Amino acid sequence: MSVVEARHVTKRYGEVRALDDVSLVFPEGKFFALLGPSGSGKTTLLRAVAGFVEPEEGEILLDGEDIAHTPAHRRNIGMVFQNYALFPHMSIFDNIAFGLSVRGVSRADARERVHKMLELVRLPGMEQRKPRQLSGGQQQRVALARALVTEPKVLLLDEPLGALDKRLRQEMQIELKQIQRAVGITAIFVTHDQEEALTLSDQIAIINEGRLVQVGPPGDIYENPHSVFAAGFLGDANILRGRVEGDVVVIEGAGPVAARGALPPQGSAAVVAVRPEKVRLSGEASAEGVNRIAGRVLQAVFSGTSVTYLIETALGTQRAFRQNAGERIYGVGEAVVMEWSREHTVVVEE
Amino acid sequence: MTRLAPRIADGMGRAFLALILIFLYLPIAVLALMGFNESVHYALPFEFSTKWYEALAGNERLLTASFNSVWIAVANTVIATVIGTMAAFALGRFRFRGRTVMQLLLFPPITIPWLIIGTAMLVLFFWTGVGRGLHSMLLGHVALSLPYVIIVVGARMASFGPELEEAAASLGATPMQAFWRVSIPVLMPGIVAASLFAFAVSFDQFVISYFLAPPGTSVLPVEIFSAIRKGFTPEVNAISTLVIFVSMGIMLAFARLSKFGGER
Repeated sequence: MSVVEARHVTKRYGEVRALDDVSLVFPEGKFFALLGPSGSGKTTLLRAVAGFVEPEEGEILLDGEDIAHTPAHRRNIGMVFQNYALFPHMSIFDNIAFGLSVRGVSRADARERVHKMLELVRLPGMEQRKPRQLSGGQQQRVALARALVTEPKVLLLDEPLGALDKRLRQEMQIELKQIQRAVGITAIFVTHDQEEALTLSDQIAIINEGRLVQVGPPGDIYENPHSVFAAGFLGDANILRGRVEGDVVVIEGAGPVAARGALPPQGSAAVVAVRPEKVRLSGEASAEGVNRIAGRVLQAVFSGTSVTYLIETALGTQRAFRQNAGERIYGVGEAVVMEWSREHTVVVEE
Repeated sequence: MTRLAPRIADGMGRAFLALILIFLYLPIAVLALMGFNESVHYALPFEFSTKWYEALAGNERLLTASFNSVWIAVANTVIATVIGTMAAFALGRFRFRGRTVMQLLLFPPITIPWLIIGTAMLVLFFWTGVGRGLHSMLLGHVALSLPYVIIVVGARMASFGPELEEAAASLGATPMQAFWRVSIPVLMPGIVAASLFAFAVSFDQFVISYFLAPPGTSVLPVEIFSAIRKGFTPEVNAISTLVIFVSMGIMLAFARLSKFGGER
């Protein structure tokens, strides 16, 4: 198991900074997601770790050794590419054995290790097939086997499930995680899919415009986003803007809102975020001591187990998400009061 | 009625295809047949004879010219395919100053008439002291076939991204290992197709060869041309028939082996 660390990594393409002074620690044996919109620099960071992009500034440490300028083939890193990048002219056996063969491993040893790998990815007996004879999901598994067979220090995955359909993707998410745990390898994967990042990873780094936005375990980032961007990119959030007065944030059209944690200085602008599933709905204002906004149901999307509401308020359209656990379901046009508690109100940066 | 229409369309399609094949092969069939006709004036009725093939065996000039043609074509194929593949790889995988200009400049020579290129080469080789001869023909043929090779191999190159080479690198392959074990095999159908082009450009080449052939030396197309001017004998049919069957054989063998640039 190995630890990877990026220190002040900067990469420019002309005037554009694809990576701007990014520092990150990828802990040993963890599944680490780089999450961000396209063009955010997350892929550039992964490729810098792989050795396909050379940063202008900063260091990339693998077990303490700077590899930022080491050629890719000397890094001992396994990589799974977005479109698998299986060698089309080779059999599955030769694909998986490729890394062993360039290392001079004998064919007999290779046969055994490839066999074990194919069992790990649940494709036994596929040795003699050609890549194009396999389905997308199967090719994905072969790519994983090929990346793992050389026992690399780190496994890099570039949008590994992007090309699969939704059902297969969910299946592969679970399997990918199981395999990563079984092998115990440090894994870094790039995705723009927040759900995938939440399900798969032990740690998430949100990246935007070449900069690190927030790092932490999925649950932590979800419950304590530091910025409007983090709140909106990982999950849904209602964003409310106001001004600090006393120990509350006064929001025009909603009244005082109490928030968890430290508030900005008196009188300055403040932004708070609240997750839609933390919002309760009632026909009229109920108990004291809670935050609330009144509004009118604009849309109610019923999906059996839950209802997603769009509610028109004085602060624009807000969202509420309710489990269908026996409470009243409001219809379009009904007046409602959105209520949520102080613990679920997070102060975020603009 | 409803079933008849598609059948008529189908029949017309087949007839059309047959016409194309007849159009392509009828002249060749006539030529091959006349090589076995007794009469020197193509007189009918047809009388079978192998005397033109016997005459051919004694025709030193025609045989030497054929030999020259084959070795120039083979040498040209090897040189142009190797250089062209390297160029296509560089143009496809590396970003360097002047790359776009170089790529654009590859196309015009294909459309410039060979007569003009031939004249230009003759002038250049005269001035630089390279002179005329088989060596300058080879130079000319390589220059002519390079754009074809680069374009054909380049098209294959564009069909896969650098991910394959990156995957090889991530698995520990040096750039050389990645090139020989991944890029070259994946490019192979394109390389085979390109080498066929290079062979054809050289082997069929009349204009350039005619300009660059010194007196006394010649290649097959030039020799056939002068034979026709001096007075045609069916020996030319005989050698042409041999050439056609040999080159068709090579083409078919390559086509079978490589499936013409398709996925292997």
